[in-house]
Amino acid sequence: MSVKDGTSKSLLDEYEVNSKTLEEIGVEILPVNTGKTVHAKRIPGRFRTLKWIAASVWLTLFFGPYLRWNGEQAILWDLPNRQFHFFGLTILPQDIWVLAMILLFFALLLAAVTAVAGRVWCGFFCFHTVWTDVFTWLEEKFEGSPAKRIKLDQAPWTWEKIKVKIPKHLAWLAIGFATSFSFLAFFTDSFDLWKRLFHFDLGFWEWATIIVIGLATYFFAGFMREQVCIGFCPYARIQGAMIDETTILPTYDKDRGEPRAQMKERNAYVRKVMQKYIEQGLDKKEARKKAEEEADQHFGDCIDCRLCVDVCPTGVDIRLGQQFGCITCGLCIDACDSIMDKIKKPRGLIRYASLDDFLGKEPPPIWKRPRVIVYTTVMLIAAGLLVWKLTHLSPIDVKALHDRAPLFVQLSDGSIQNKYTIKIVNKTNKPMAAKVEVKGPEGLVALVDPVIPVQPGTVASAVLRVRIPKNALKGKETPIDIIVRDANNPDIKAVYHSVFLYPLYR
Amino acid sequence: MAGHNPWPNEGNTGHIWDEDIRELDNPPPLWWMLAFYAGFIMIIFYAIYYPTIPLANGFTKGIAGWTAIKEYEESYNELKAWRKQKFADKEEKLASLPLADIMKDTDLKLYAVATSKMLYGDNCAACHGAGGMGNPNFPVLADDDWLWGGHINQIHASIANGRVGNMPARGMMGNLSDEEIEQVTDYVMALSQGKGNDPAVAAGKAVYAKGMCLACHGPNGKPLAPNGAANLTDQIWRFVPFNDGTCKSMVEKTQRDAVLRTIKYGVNVKKNGDLIDCTREGAMPAWKGRLSDKDIKRLAIYVHELGGGQ
Repeated sequence: MSVKDGTSKSLLDEYEVNSKTLEEIGVEILPVNTGKTVHAKRIPGRFRTLKWIAASVWLTLFFGPYLRWNGEQAILWDLPNRQFHFFGLTILPQDIWVLAMILLFFALLLAAVTAVAGRVWCGFFCFHTVWTDVFTWLEEKFEGSPAKRIKLDQAPWTWEKIKVKIPKHLAWLAIGFATSFSFLAFFTDSFDLWKRLFHFDLGFWEWATIIVIGLATYFFAGFMREQVCIGFCPYARIQGAMIDETTILPTYDKDRGEPRAQMKERNAYVRKVMQKYIEQGLDKKEARKKAEEEADQHFGDCIDCRLCVDVCPTGVDIRLGQQFGCITCGLCIDACDSIMDKIKKPRGLIRYASLDDFLGKEPPPIWKRPRVIVYTTVMLIAAGLLVWKLTHLSPIDVKALHDRAPLFVQLSDGSIQNKYTIKIVNKTNKPMAAKVEVKGPEGLVALVDPVIPVQPGTVASAVLRVRIPKNALKGKETPIDIIVRDANNPDIKAVYHSVFLYPLYR
Repeated sequence: MAGHNPWPNEGNTGHIWDEDIRELDNPPPLWWMLAFYAGFIMIIFYAIYYPTIPLANGFTKGIAGWTAIKEYEESYNELKAWRKQKFADKEEKLASLPLADIMKDTDLKLYAVATSKMLYGDNCAACHGAGGMGNPNFPVLADDDWLWGGHINQIHASIANGRVGNMPARGMMGNLSDEEIEQVTDYVMALSQGKGNDPAVAAGKAVYAKGMCLACHGPNGKPLAPNGAANLTDQIWRFVPFNDGTCKSMVEKTQRDAVLRTIKYGVNVKKNGDLIDCTREGAMPAWKGRLSDKDIKRLAIYVHELGGGQ
C-alpha cells in the first residue's frame, strides 16, 4: 500500500472488517505490567557495567554539598540572598538567564541523544532509574533472588517475613533521607545543616523538605518503580515521540530469531532428523552434524528462554518489538548475549539497531540528519552564549536611570542639570569603593558622592547630577558615558552609555 | 455523524464521526470517582466554613468570618508591623537627630528620601510639580536658585512655617511712574544678562535706586541674604508670562511683560484686605501641625536632595 501514489485514502481501507478496533486491524496492543511487582534478575554484562558507571554520576548529589572552594561551599543556592555560588563564581539574579541557557542546552542534549540513540537518559541516567536500580539491588541483598522474593511476597504475613522485610525498608528510608538531606544541603551551609539537624534546630521548610522528598524517594523508587516510567513520567512519552527509523534502539532481530523454539523442542527435532540419517546409513557423528544444520534452517536462534524478559526492569518483552515500556537500558542485550555465548551462536540477537538497519537501508550519517542538525545548532548557540557569559562575567554591573520628573532643570548660571540614579551591583565577594566619573561635552560637571561603598552581592544606589553649560549642548540629546571604577581594585570598571536631555525649544 | 450504527453491540453511544471514531461509555477509574465524590463532600465543609450562598439581602457568612478585605487588612497590617520593626532605629534617629547630623549619615539620608516620595506627592507636588519640576509661577525645587535659602535648615523652616511673598507695587514707596517702571524693567532684563552697567539702562539703574529695590534685591540685583526676594542677576525667573486670569488690566506676552507686571503691581499687595488686580500671589502654607515634626524633617531632606540643595 502506498500513500504517495494517492491510490489509498486510509490505512484502514485495506481491512475488510466490520469493527475496526485496533486489535481487529492487526495492531498488537503490547502488554504493560500493571499487576505484580517486577522482580528482575540481575546478571553481569556490558550494559550492566555501563549502567553502574552512569549511575555513579549521581554520587555528586551526595558529596557535592561538602566540596569547599576558598573556604566557602563550592555549590550553593543561596536563596535568601538571591545568589548562586559555583566554585568561586557568583551568579546574581541579573544573570539568571545563564540558567535558562543551561536548561536549554540540556533539553536539546536530551532531544539530540534521543534522536540518535533512544532513551539513553531513561535507561542509564534518570534518577528514577538509578534509584530504583539501587533499591532493587539492596532488595536482592536482603531478600535473595527474584524467585525467593516472589515466594516471600506470596507468603502469609508472619513474624519471620516481617523480620526479613524490615532491614530492606530501613535501608530504603536511609537512602531516602540521604537523598533529601543532600538536596537540601545545596541550599544552605551543609556542615551547619548537620549540626542543626542533631540539635533538632531545623526550620519548618527544612523539615518539610527532608520528610517530603525522603518519603517520595522511598515511595517512588521502592514501590512505584517501572509504573513511574510507564504511567507518570511525561519525558518518557516525549522521548518516545522523538525517535525515528534511524534511531538505534535495543531491538530483537526477528528474522534471525524466529521461529523460536525451546531447546527441548529443538533437540527432539534434531533427534528425529538424526534418526532419519542414521537409517540412511550415515554414521552417528555425521548424522548429528547434518541434523544440526537442518535444525538451524528450520528454527530461528531464539530458544525462548525468556531471560530477556526476566532481566527487564520494566517487565516488557523486547521480542514484541519497540514499545513504550522500554527504557532502552540494554539489560536484555546482556542477557541474550550470555545465552548466545552458551549455545555457541553469534551475539547480537538483541542488539542496538535502527529500523533502517533491519530494512537493509543505510541510514544517513549522523551529521546529515535534519533533527540532529537542528538540535545541535540550538545546543551550540546555548553553549556558546553560556561560555561567553561565564568568561565575560563582569564583576560589576552599572545602570543609570535618568530621572523623569523633571527631565532637566535650568540652573541660575544658565547651565542645564540632569539627574540620574545610579545602581551599582557588586558581583564579587569583596566590598567595593565605587568612584563615578562622567565623560561628555566640555564644561561638564558631575556631582556625586566621592565614594560609594557597595557590599558584596548587593546593589548600592547613588544620585548623580550632571551639569552642562547651555552652549555646549548641540541637540536635545547629548550622549554621555558614566564610568564607575572600584577604588579597591583598579581592574574593575564599568561604562554605562546614557544621554543628557535638553529642551529643543529654548 | 453517521446515521446508522455499524457497531450496535459495542456499547457505544451512537456518536460516530469520520466513519469509525466513536464515543464509548466506559466508567472512569475508581480513584478518579472517589476524588470526584470527595470533592462534593468538601463543598459541604466549604459552605459551612466560608461565605458561600447568596441570599436575597446578603449571603451566608460562614463560621470562619472570612472576608477578602479582612484578609487584605491583616496582611497589610503585618507588612506595616514588619516595616515598623525593621526601620524602628532609622525612624528613631530621624526623630531625634538634628538635620545636620542626618545629612551626614548617607544611609539615613537615603532612607529619608525613599520614605518621602508619597508625602511629597500628597502635599507638595500639587504646586511644585512632580520631582520638584515646578509649575508656572510656583518655584522649581530642583534647581539651585532659592528665594528663602537652600540650606537644609532654611528649607526646613520654609516647610514648617510657610512663606508669604511680599513686594510693594511701584517701588518701596509706591511712587514710580509708568515711565520709570518701563526703565527699571529694562534694567532688570539687562541684569539677568550681566549687562547691568550698560549705559543704555543707566536710567533704569537710577530708578532701581530711587525705588529702593536694593533694600531687598541687593545693590547689584542679588539679595545679600535669602529673604524671599528674587535674585535678579541669574537666568531663573520667579514669575513667567502665564495669563491665568488673575490680571485683567494687562496681557503678558514676553518675559519683559511678566517682570513689568510684577514691578507695577507687586506681590501680595492688598487694598482693604483684598488682593489688588494683577498683583502676584506667592504664598506657601505652614505644614507644622499638619505634618509631624519627623515628616517635615524628612520632606526637608527630600527637597534638599531634589537637585539644588546647598
